[in-house]
Amino acid sequence: MTHVHTQSKQLGMWLFLISDTLTFSTFLVCYAYARLANPNWPTPFEFSPGVLTAMLMTLILLTSSLTMVFAVQSMRDGERPVATRWLAATILCGIAFIVLHATEWRHLWQIEKVATSGNPWGVPLFGATFFALTGLHMLHVAGGVIYLSVIAIAVARGKFSTEDVETSGLYWHFVDLVWMFIFPLVYLMSVKA
Amino acid sequence: MTWLRTHVFSTDHKVIGKQYISLAFFSVALGIMLSLIMRFHLIRPDAKIGWFALLWPTGATGGIMTPELYLSLMTIHGTLMVFFVLTTAPQGGFGNYFLPLQIGAPDMAFPVLNMLSFWTTFLALLTLLAAFFVEGGAPLGGWTAYPPLSALGQIAGPGQGLGMDCWIVSIALFSIASLMGAINFITTVLDMRTQGMDLMRMPLTCWGWFITAIISLLAFGVLLAAGLLLLMDRNLGTSFFLPAGLVVSDQLQNHSGGSPILWQHLFWFFGHPEVYIAILPGMGIVSTVLSVFSRKPIFGYKAMVFAMFAIALLGFLVWGHHMFISGMSPYSAMTFSVLTLAVGVPSAIKTFNWLGTIWGGDLHFTPAMLFALGFVSVFVSGGLTGLFLGQPAIDLYFHDTYFVVGHFHMIMGVAAIFAMFSAMYYWFPKMHGRMMNAPLGHVHFYLTFLGVYAIFIPMHFLGIMGAPRRYSDFKELEFLADAGVLQKFTTHSAYFTAAVQLIFFGNYFYAKRRGPAAEVNPWRATTLEWQPSSRPEVHRGPDVYSLPGAREDFVMQQDKK
Ligand code: HEM
Ligand SMILES: [Cu+2]
Repeated sequence: MTHVHTQSKQLGMWLFLISDTLTFSTFLVCYAYARLANPNWPTPFEFSPGVLTAMLMTLILLTSSLTMVFAVQSMRDGERPVATRWLAATILCGIAFIVLHATEWRHLWQIEKVATSGNPWGVPLFGATFFALTGLHMLHVAGGVIYLSVIAIAVARGKFSTEDVETSGLYWHFVDLVWMFIFPLVYLMSVKA
Repeated sequence: MTWLRTHVFSTDHKVIGKQYISLAFFSVALGIMLSLIMRFHLIRPDAKIGWFALLWPTGATGGIMTPELYLSLMTIHGTLMVFFVLTTAPQGGFGNYFLPLQIGAPDMAFPVLNMLSFWTTFLALLTLLAAFFVEGGAPLGGWTAYPPLSALGQIAGPGQGLGMDCWIVSIALFSIASLMGAINFITTVLDMRTQGMDLMRMPLTCWGWFITAIISLLAFGVLLAAGLLLLMDRNLGTSFFLPAGLVVSDQLQNHSGGSPILWQHLFWFFGHPEVYIAILPGMGIVSTVLSVFSRKPIFGYKAMVFAMFAIALLGFLVWGHHMFISGMSPYSAMTFSVLTLAVGVPSAIKTFNWLGTIWGGDLHFTPAMLFALGFVSVFVSGGLTGLFLGQPAIDLYFHDTYFVVGHFHMIMGVAAIFAMFSAMYYWFPKMHGRMMNAPLGHVHFYLTFLGVYAIFIPMHFLGIMGAPRRYSDFKELEFLADAGVLQKFTTHSAYFTAAVQLIFFGNYFYAKRRGPAAEVNPWRATTLEWQPSSRPEVHRGPDVYSLPGAREDFVMQQDKK
């Protein structure tokens, strides 16, 4: 296995991201279809706290991309302890995102009575697409947190090279990028008029 | 422990390739048995068979097969064949084994991923077969699993409950495994070629595997997503594929807002490229084999590569031709039709180049060569009927008839299987160090060739007469009263062809143990897998045969002179 150059790992990651883009796109196509097919699509999100929370989540993810960039840069500079700290910051952002998201889900579930099968505003697909899209994304964030943790621990112990960190960075930026589509399409477009 | 590492959880591409081939062997044997049972039922729907009742106590109470049981056998047959045979052996099997050898790489780029990909496929197979044993049995929806009936659960019929969930999970796992494989193949081709092995010096087999991997990468991500949504419809009460006002089994279903047509779009966006996933590796193999046994270079190497890319691209633009009768606008139908017929152009380029390759060649009719020629034959026969189906007005009549069944068995089933036979006869000496028996191979080819035409040509006629596909019994259809002879003929041809395959299996297993030892390069081929050293430098393309003035009539890719 020594012959796997790290270049290959990055190529492999890019390929994975291409296929993952297709998977997300399929969900987005279904969402678009559902909105077009149901003209009375509900727009229930209040600006505060609903959209504000989502904006905070967006900010957290953006920050995490920045810390990820710093982590990669520190690796390039050969400063492993610093890189480890930036990775830890990225992971913390990821966890904060998940916690906020889970709180939001719980609120929708328990207070607003939105379920995958129906909701108080009619058009059952509203809840279905919401949970499907954000759920798939959250899975990716959770996977990313685990992935980055593995990388961070290895980096702290002096294992893994800059390229390995770069590869995980590709994944992390991708997950952020997907959110930049979900945020406007799912939240902003459903703000109460 | 080491035994486990070297034989079971091995990361060696050769072991994994053989594992994929074994998996396909098992699946094809089971798939054939299921099809024989189906063919038997079609000519003797009222027969009482004791062991049916033993195997399927609810599906065949008293030994008489229910329509539901027939449909569940059909579903597993199709799924096994399309996914676990045509998608595994040509790519995961032969591709894994020979891609690294042919481009002079020590292994695939990600050996561990490679192993995971195989074992995920294996898990997918177990999950699929589990459907037979859960309550209600295997699903009824065919390999396309159309909603609404696939999205509702038990109420839509036995097998549509847990069995359908098994099917979806199996396909999701299979998608993940295929994605892992695709990433590995593409990376290997791009990053692991030996010195001098430019892309345009790769054997066409490698191009076939490479382009197939690109298609897989783009198609399976969509199937995975579609499968997840279908699972949600079934288990979380969503309505992606379910419209309002649906009454099934006399009960109004509590769903609204979605559309079964959406599934058709997603499925066929994957489904049509999937047929090329099944056939492109075969095209590569056939190109190589034809050239070796004609002692001639491939005619139009560049055109062949270009045609494969064109097929891959067009393959993503024609999914609508499976949905002509779904109520699409005539303008869409027209567009899909034109694009579909456009696929005929690169297909024809390939066919003419194959003919150009053998034209005036010094032909050696080995079993591998015969099956490669057979491939060209069935590819043309199947391709011509595709032109009819690609025409919306004609497809209105042919859709969902046996004409379609005949078409896709010819072009996808038989063609890909012929390519696999060709590959097996061709590479057996390399894989097992021994030779298969050639005269038996000849007999196997001629009888199989006759057999498949005898099975599938009558199906076209049945289709023209209006016989609908996915029916377990035609008794009630008066307009088919005269078709009994055709049905019987088809069924007996199927028995015959299946029996003939025993010759192959016998030959294969005997040769594996006792066959005469093979030389290093028994076919005098030029590609790297037939030379002893491991990572040679490459000096030329793959197809240098009948070179004037050369010592032999061929020059291997690593030879300087
Ligand atoms: C010029 C080439 C081809 C044309 C014009 C063509 C056209 C079509 C059309 C229009 C249908 C849909 C018929 C219907 O459902 O009413 C169809 C079905 C099918 N084709 Fe082809 N095809 C071509 C090549 C291929 C190839 C190369 C393969 C596989 C290697 C293939 C495999 C299939 C399969 C599996 C189906 C059946 C799908 C089902 O279950 O409904 N076709 N073809
Ligand atoms: Cu198609």
